[in-house]
Amino acid sequence: MADEGGEFIDVQDLTKTFTVRRRTGLLRRTAEEVRAVDGISFTLRRGEMAGFIGPNGAGKSTTIKMLTGILTPSGGRLRVAGVDPWRERTRLVRRIGVVFGQRTTLWWDLPLRDSYGLVRRMYRVPQARFEENLARCVELLELGDLLDVPVRQLSLGQRMRGDITAALLHDPDVLYLDEPTIGLDVVSKARVREFLRTLNAERGTTVLLTTHDLSDIEQLCKRVVVIDHGRLMYDGPLAGLHEVGRGERTLVVDLERELPPIEGLTGARTVRTEGPRQWLAFPASASAAPLVSRLAAEYPLVDLSIREPDIEDVIARMYAR
Amino acid sequence: MHLLRLNFAVAVSGFRRYATYRVATAAGVFTNTVFGFILAYTFIALWHERPHLGGYDQSQALTFVWIGQAMLASVAVMGGGFQDEFSERIRNGDVAIDLYRPVDLQLWWLAADLGRAAFQLLGRGVVPLAVGALAFDLALPASPGSWLLFLLAVLLALVVSFALRYLVALCGFWLLDATGLNALSTLLSLFFSGMLLPLTVFPGAFGETARLLPWSATLQVPADVLLGAQPGGAAAGLAFQTGWALVLLAAGRALQTVATRKVVVQGG
Repeated sequence: MADEGGEFIDVQDLTKTFTVRRRTGLLRRTAEEVRAVDGISFTLRRGEMAGFIGPNGAGKSTTIKMLTGILTPSGGRLRVAGVDPWRERTRLVRRIGVVFGQRTTLWWDLPLRDSYGLVRRMYRVPQARFEENLARCVELLELGDLLDVPVRQLSLGQRMRGDITAALLHDPDVLYLDEPTIGLDVVSKARVREFLRTLNAERGTTVLLTTHDLSDIEQLCKRVVVIDHGRLMYDGPLAGLHEVGRGERTLVVDLERELPPIEGLTGARTVRTEGPRQWLAFPASASAAPLVSRLAAEYPLVDLSIREPDIEDVIARMYAR
Repeated sequence: MHLLRLNFAVAVSGFRRYATYRVATAAGVFTNTVFGFILAYTFIALWHERPHLGGYDQSQALTFVWIGQAMLASVAVMGGGFQDEFSERIRNGDVAIDLYRPVDLQLWWLAADLGRAAFQLLGRGVVPLAVGALAFDLALPASPGSWLLFLLAVLLALVVSFALRYLVALCGFWLLDATGLNALSTLLSLFFSGMLLPLTVFPGAFGETARLLPWSATLQVPADVLLGAQPGGAAAGLAFQTGWALVLLAAGRALQTVATRKVVVQGG
């Protein structure tokens, strides 16, 4: 097969333009071309797990839609598993799994078990294989008690785990996840991440993960692809992203009393003060430990916490360069 | 074979989904029965003044009322069923998820809606008809053959009703708000199915036209098949329904292709 060993997802100079009609007068409308995706190129090997990030409206969803074949590209070349997704959508859908954090592929009124039965028939999964896959997901995602509960009665985290299972019953080669941890609590997030890590390691499933939560990427992906305004901004390891974006972490310090802004700490600067609370920015690549010990030694420290840079910050800094 | 099994499974799930709402079903049965009584007394008054109106005697007219009530929910004369769900999926974009599935959109929804209809025929049809038969003198046939033909006509009515509602729902791809169109389609369906008055009572060109429109295949024809009042016999009625079913399903398929292309090219 064409995709064995080589590039599993191959995107070259991919472009998508939409025509947006705007009302400019009482009856007049003008058509305007919007380039949602503007010449993106990247490749993904089989079994790779990559983060796909960018601010809202960057063109992530549009790209995913083209990768899954439900949107036609306006230009460029696109191959998934050696297949043109749009032309051979019905063939490709059997090889991909898609999970949307904000949408569900399950049937609202049916118990999870019934939804899975329909999925089995849709994808013609052999009974033995189906049961094996289901048992595995049920065990790893702890769905055992939930199989007979109608989807509408599930919590967001439970439903998300149910959706991930539904996307994997037919053994897809590639899994697209769009914001899979959005709105989930810490425990559910951890469970989903652990599951994805196992899936990728054991099955070699290629995973492309869209998220706003940088910690998803940090814990799961060695590689990250950043796009903004339809253009590729960065493609490489996460650590490199912080360097490129000169990512900064923030130390939030609570002092015993209101003090003038903390000064004289190497590598850190006070960016904000509010009563006894101060915000210190320091490079994401530096360790927080020496900073914390100096603070504790020299200031009346009550409490502190560290905030990781979020993706908007990092991208904003990439621009500022 | 695979396709048959899949669609049967989809239909069964459609049946089950509606079967979970027991209170709603009971409320529906109650409404249909009350509505049936109101219409029945209206028809009695009408047929008392004008015996043999539309070619029915009074007991045939009353049978028409109760058959209508028994089929109302199942045939979705007032809209609804899969239509609400499908329209909502088009509006909020969830329909994109349906495109990820290796199944045919139209066949999928048809199977789901037939499952729902099967439940509503049993859950909301049998009791009102039984109540009507106990309270009034109905002209129900005794031969199993007539009932079999009637069931076939009901099945075709369900397909025609589905195909009509599928077209209406698909228009949602272009109309951002399909409320107006839905209201219009409900109104047309309510009147031209014969739900308010049998279409046979309307004289002249209007009556002729009304009896040729697809909505007449959803209630008027099945009722006439049961009453043995179908002009040209039951076979003519079934052929009329089959014709509309094929035409409307084909139209739905064509519109679906255009709608899918629109989503696929323009992103919805």
